[in-house]
Amino acid sequence: MSGVFDGLKVADFSWAIAGPLVTRYLADFGATVIRVESSQRPCLLRLSAPYKERVAGINRGGYFAFFNANKYSLGLNLGNAKGIEVAKKLVAWADVVVENFSPGRMEAWGLGYEDLKRIKPDIIMLRSSNQGQFGPHASYSSTGVPLIGLSGFPPFIGWPDRTPLPVPVAYTDIVSPRFATAALIAAIDYRRRTGEGQCIDVSQFETGVHFLGPAVLDYVVNGREGSQTGNASPHGAPHGAYRCKGDDRWCAIAVFTDAEWDGFCKAIGNPPWTTAPIFSTLHNRKENEDKLNQLVEEWSMNFTAEEVMTRMQSAGVAAGIVQSSADLVADPHLKHRGYFLKLNHEEIGPISSLGQAFKLSKTPAEARMPAPSLGKHTDYVRTEILDISDEEFVELLQAGAFD
Amino acid sequence: MLSGLRVLDLADEKGFLCGRMLGDLGADVIKVEKPGGDPSRHIGPFYHDIPDPEKSLYWFVFNSNKRGITLNIETAGGQEIFKRLVEKADFVIESFPPGYMKKLGLDYPALSQINRKIVVTSITPFGQTGPYRDYKSSDIVSMAMGGLMYLTGEPDRAPLRINVPQSYLHAGGDAAVGSMIAYYHRQQSGEGQHVDVSMQESLIWTTASAVPFFELHGTIIKRTGALRAGHYENAMERQLWPCKDGFVIFNIVGGVFGAKINRALTEWIDSEGLADDFIKGTDWQKFDMATVTQDTIERVEKPIGRFFLNHTKAEIYEGAMGRGIGVCPVSTIEDLLQNPQLMAREFWVEVAHPELGENITYPGASAITPVAPFKIRRRAPLIGEHNQEVYGGDLGLTETELNNLKQSKVI
Repeated sequence: MSGVFDGLKVADFSWAIAGPLVTRYLADFGATVIRVESSQRPCLLRLSAPYKERVAGINRGGYFAFFNANKYSLGLNLGNAKGIEVAKKLVAWADVVVENFSPGRMEAWGLGYEDLKRIKPDIIMLRSSNQGQFGPHASYSSTGVPLIGLSGFPPFIGWPDRTPLPVPVAYTDIVSPRFATAALIAAIDYRRRTGEGQCIDVSQFETGVHFLGPAVLDYVVNGREGSQTGNASPHGAPHGAYRCKGDDRWCAIAVFTDAEWDGFCKAIGNPPWTTAPIFSTLHNRKENEDKLNQLVEEWSMNFTAEEVMTRMQSAGVAAGIVQSSADLVADPHLKHRGYFLKLNHEEIGPISSLGQAFKLSKTPAEARMPAPSLGKHTDYVRTEILDISDEEFVELLQAGAFD
Repeated sequence: MLSGLRVLDLADEKGFLCGRMLGDLGADVIKVEKPGGDPSRHIGPFYHDIPDPEKSLYWFVFNSNKRGITLNIETAGGQEIFKRLVEKADFVIESFPPGYMKKLGLDYPALSQINRKIVVTSITPFGQTGPYRDYKSSDIVSMAMGGLMYLTGEPDRAPLRINVPQSYLHAGGDAAVGSMIAYYHRQQSGEGQHVDVSMQESLIWTTASAVPFFELHGTIIKRTGALRAGHYENAMERQLWPCKDGFVIFNIVGGVFGAKINRALTEWIDSEGLADDFIKGTDWQKFDMATVTQDTIERVEKPIGRFFLNHTKAEIYEGAMGRGIGVCPVSTIEDLLQNPQLMAREFWVEVAHPELGENITYPGASAITPVAPFKIRRRAPLIGEHNQEVYGGDLGLTETELNNLKQSKVI
């Protein structure tokens, strides 16, 4: 079975998360993705815990391994003129170049869009950056974490009596690849039809704001800023995460309609409190929400999160375990879906790789290789792809081009 | 770039973003709702808080760049019309419970008989198969089952979701990518296929390193409030800091990468007399986040915290970024609307809503694609707004036929 992107050649200069997730989509469906890496400036994820046996090492990181299956690694020293020469050979080979450095970095290496066009006039370059390629703050440099704040998420997370909270991950790094990849695939198809390449400019900041779209309009039209409302929803009650039996175990329950309320009451055994007028309608339940939540939790505390979920679902009520990482790995449904694929990493051994959230019926994603050690494919790339002779290779090696 | 392609978008809130993204890329997206309007039109917030199906801001924002028709696909007449529409369509997007489209004779196998090229994208909470496939969901349940909720919140209280629903958007975003991959295959092979999207799975990427931490160390990463969990097992650094007029996001990064930044920050704090001996005496070159103690982290964070409290978001943002220190303010929506970077990039666009008598500001391009500049060509459709155009124009139905269909509640 051949992949959709078989034969698609991607020179991947990206690092950390925002760029590599784009190339992961392509790699999983058959593209040849060659990551250009250097031990002088290793990918941030190679420098991040968890490490195998808690011993740090650029090829021992589980985070990098989780995100980077199906990719090749070419070790190049881009701070070296000969290294740049090799990089340009790679561009000449490539259909697509992906990068997510601060704007200007690629230019400094002689690998900006204008430079790339001189090598390959119809090249498609995808540039993902914190705040975009141009503008007064284009040079504002940070990891993805501060963008959580800049995009405006914290005011929507937290309890009414406490401060706003951050999203616990570099969220915009994960939001932006959805938009970037859809545009990139459209661009590749467009070039196939017209012969025209382009440089796509994605601002992770802007993609974050898109995920707050309704809140933007709410302010523009109603003057309302974000506020911390815990887990409440204007459309349902009970609506929240309820403590269950065990250590830090919770189940989310969401009741919206009258029918669901009836189902909920039945699921908890129709205790007398559920017939009180203060809970008879959504409006009343919202008015008495604190009391309601307290009563629900007095019930849920006696059951495991799994039991709460199954009882609720049997009664037609939306409910789900608040799953920890351990729960995700053990999740019977994800197992059925084959979401986590265990690949055998060279230094780490068997470790799960993150999956794709969509299954294509005719051209499924394939797990072909575990994440690479840094520079693992330098020899493969220089012989099979760049056609660099042994003599030239030795010269370049001695000149410090390769890492 | 996708102009000339047609999308039939039957999805509810679980899938709006997919059609929106394809529409933004130039496709002709037709929102197909049941007569009277889709129930998702009751999702707030609402224009001036009026809970009217033509005033849902949620509907507005994710259904712009789409036309709208009504069609009752549960009737034989409706199914016939739908099949006729599929003949000329390139994508179908739906988010009905698994099995529903099959029951109506409108699942991928049936539709591919009519149009070999059709790409059918189904978006559901847990996918088309599996033990949870028939489970009911909503945003909070998806956030819970997908793993992000467990990581979010204060340690002494319940885990939290983000109160602008995010799960639908991750699912919609992933669905757009999946649809494009299927379309790319179609361009090469001439055949479409079925794209089965699981909302639960689309959230798992947001758990970042949590699963590797569990697999390699047996460590379960938990919520830690304003601190940053899951990177070092010995200590947690602060992420969210109060300042004079709000909050900023900043976290200490160690090692060589962070040393320059931390030195610059220390100097800046010192220039205002707020650096204490401890932070001034810290050797940032040797500051290894993997081995420092929580006590050390808190001691260096103390003067930083005091410094931030002394300054506004704007002062910190400009001052920090000018010194190569990555700190960002926590933006209010007002801040976003005034943000000079967004304005310079013409991110904000005005969309006309003649029925409301005003233009509303919307977020604009999600990617700058020079060959086909982004535009919001139309606001979200009113109920049945393009029935005449699509049924009369495209399908060539006469006035009488249209009236009959309306009478029999097919459209």
